[in-house]
Amino acid sequence: MKKMATGNQAAALAVKEADVELVAAYPITPQTEVVETIASLVEMNKMKASYIRVESEHSAMAACIGASASGARAFTATSSHGLLYMHEMIHWAAGARLPIVMANINRAVGPAWNIWAEHTDSLSQRDTGWLQNYAATVQEVYDTVLMSFKLAEKVYLPAMVCLDGFILSHAIQPLDVTAPGDFLPPIDMPHALDTKNPMSYGNLTGPNDYFKFRRAMQDAMKKADREARSIEKEFAERFGRKYAPVMEYKTSGADTVIVGMGTLAREAEVAVDSLRKDGLKVGSIRVRQFRPFPKLDLEGKKVIVIDRDCSFGAGGILAQEIRFHNDVPICNIIAGIGGQDISHDTIAKLVRKAKPQGEFWLGVDV
Amino acid sequence: MVDDIPEKEYLYKGNTACAGCSAMLALRYILKAAGPNTIIVNPACCSTVCQGSYPKSAYGVPVLNIAFAAAAAAADGIASARRNKGKNVIVFAGDGGTVDIGIQALSGAIERDANILYVCYDNEAYSNTGMQKSGSTPYGAITTTTPTGRQDSKKDIDLIIMAHRPRYMASASAAYPKDLYAKVKKALSIEGTKFIHVQCPCPSGWRYSTEKSVELGKLAVKCGMWFLYEYENGRLTLNAPTKAALKRPAPLEDYVKPQGRFKGVNLERLHKEVDEGMSRIRDLADIETLEKAKEAAQ
Amino acid sequence: MIEIRFHSRGGQGGVTASKLLAQAAFLEGKYGTAFPLYGAERRGAPVTSFTRISDREIKISSQVYNPDIVVVLDDSIMDLVDVTVGLKDGGLLLVNTHHDEKLKDPKFKKFRVARVNVTDIALAEGLVLSGNPILNTPILGALAKLGVVKLDSAVKAIEDMFSDDRNVKAAKAAYKKVVV
Repeated sequence: MKKMATGNQAAALAVKEADVELVAAYPITPQTEVVETIASLVEMNKMKASYIRVESEHSAMAACIGASASGARAFTATSSHGLLYMHEMIHWAAGARLPIVMANINRAVGPAWNIWAEHTDSLSQRDTGWLQNYAATVQEVYDTVLMSFKLAEKVYLPAMVCLDGFILSHAIQPLDVTAPGDFLPPIDMPHALDTKNPMSYGNLTGPNDYFKFRRAMQDAMKKADREARSIEKEFAERFGRKYAPVMEYKTSGADTVIVGMGTLAREAEVAVDSLRKDGLKVGSIRVRQFRPFPKLDLEGKKVIVIDRDCSFGAGGILAQEIRFHNDVPICNIIAGIGGQDISHDTIAKLVRKAKPQGEFWLGVDV
Repeated sequence: MVDDIPEKEYLYKGNTACAGCSAMLALRYILKAAGPNTIIVNPACCSTVCQGSYPKSAYGVPVLNIAFAAAAAAADGIASARRNKGKNVIVFAGDGGTVDIGIQALSGAIERDANILYVCYDNEAYSNTGMQKSGSTPYGAITTTTPTGRQDSKKDIDLIIMAHRPRYMASASAAYPKDLYAKVKKALSIEGTKFIHVQCPCPSGWRYSTEKSVELGKLAVKCGMWFLYEYENGRLTLNAPTKAALKRPAPLEDYVKPQGRFKGVNLERLHKEVDEGMSRIRDLADIETLEKAKEAAQ
Repeated sequence: MIEIRFHSRGGQGGVTASKLLAQAAFLEGKYGTAFPLYGAERRGAPVTSFTRISDREIKISSQVYNPDIVVVLDDSIMDLVDVTVGLKDGGLLLVNTHHDEKLKDPKFKKFRVARVNVTDIALAEGLVLSGNPILNTPILGALAKLGVVKLDSAVKAIEDMFSDDRNVKAAKAAYKKVVV
């Protein structure tokens, strides 16, 4: 069934279709519509979940951890400072190997207070053991939430679905509200709290054993990379929409490639079309799956990475991550910070003037 | 007292509040009472936005904008630094940042007798983020996360604060600005932690016509849904408008009907809550009488 | 692809207007998208929102810089903001106003100017919320008359969102009353 929906509504509708048992969330702009939609659905009896209006984000994740630890499918949504306030518990959720799914509406971090799109919030959580995906359309938000539940429940790692604040969260686009059917089977968690099989979880663990748990998380990440491929394949077969860890556009025969995440990377495709019209062999890569980080095909290409974030003292985070797998010079453009608008015209201009290497901030250096 | 209120404004025109915002009315009088030797600590709330956007600010005293949960702790930090001795350190926080996410820091600050005045301006919802329910949202109120009306009761933050035994505590209203002015003046003359809880009717959240803020604020007190009092040295003193309301409360309907947020509310249940609240405040205020009676009996 | 920019004040439903237009386009089988600029609207403050309509998928999510159409829901905004900035030559400027004084400015000569008084239309239908007349549903009727979407799609989009049939009545009235 097709209808127009915002990115936030798409997340809420996917949660409804996924038959989530527990939602615990705290309001923060620009996430509020996710929780308001869920509150409405629950109060109108269109959704069976329990919805806890917690008093802070730290408690939101704690409540999700509680529910998930007992084997219930749990969900929360947040943004920016809310995500950061949860940080301790984000580590906890991954360490506890709980398949919680969270929508993070990407928003800049204060001070100064800024409510607009930026990726620093979720990227700053990249070390926690959470799976991370970045959506660029309303449909993709919906589909990725569903696929994330399936993946999280396969490898027992929590999953974050990221969408650009206002640009995607508040934009309406056509959405096919596909019912997942048995694509999402009931949750099966061997380590759920069970009165019939009493176990203690998270006990004090010494130096001779702790590392084994951490290694298991790393192994789970590697497994997630493989499992995600079969989930994407199954999704495409059942629902007709194809997803991959990276979405390439006109990269074949390209000598220059633009790399980015989220809506700006989709808009970059429009820039690619106009540059190609002028005879420039440019392509673009939209990184969808950030954790585990995929290897990109950059062989022999000039690489322009647009980072909607910054790791102070080290530059763009996407650029750093790319260097993990690929030893290439990168022209790292820091743009879109705090919601700075990046149009396809701007992207095309940046590509034309791009130096082979270095860090350049839009509005300062370029 | 009317003649004492200074004319100088510390809240400037061009502040970006909603039309009819009574929180700005409250701030205006708070700043008049505090004067220029003041530092405001402002967690995420409507007041954050009312200051206006970079590069201008509508507040005429230094303001530290701070993370949502951290106001009381940040304020204690300012107040405890010896260079700030003698300055008024005032937190201006919404109900969400006080009653919910900010309660831990506030509890700690009072326990340490931090030398701060904590003002909670209460519009009974998370207004800044679009009117979601907070711990201060009254029974029956429609918010975006309680679309059919809140089914349970609000948290009584005043009783929680009283249990901490702060140096001075008051309940005030933006609709009674002279009373608020006097309370702020009094609080600032005391060392240690002071807490003032100010009800601020919000036309955007409570869904009424923007010119009715003061009228509704007065009705809240007159019908017993909000009280004006002071708490000091273990004693609760009711202010005149509340004494009058307890004797002869105005009809609850007069307060509730003009507000879209109370559409469809179970008035009987709300009445019961209000009656219980009035009975509770009577008991608390009568503690002095009880003690006197005890003394007399001995 | 056509791009539309809406100017309104917070509380007037400008953002909803942009969404209704996208919805109407969607109902015609087109690809429509709409979003607010910045999104944190305060009652009374100037607000901008955008709609894009195309026969093909729209990959652009940045702001509209060169609209084909500009809709002004509150003519007092024209004293604060240059509502025609970026508007293409020959583009459509639709203003909610009760007189054409504001539209006589010579700089508007290069645009196709239309006006309609949706405030009065809304008040006449009793279409008021919290003291404010509802302007977004009637303006959709005006846009339909100007050929942006079909009247049927506009009506269906309104019905999908609002149950009060006065909205459709107001839209149809605006459809009749809009003047170029």
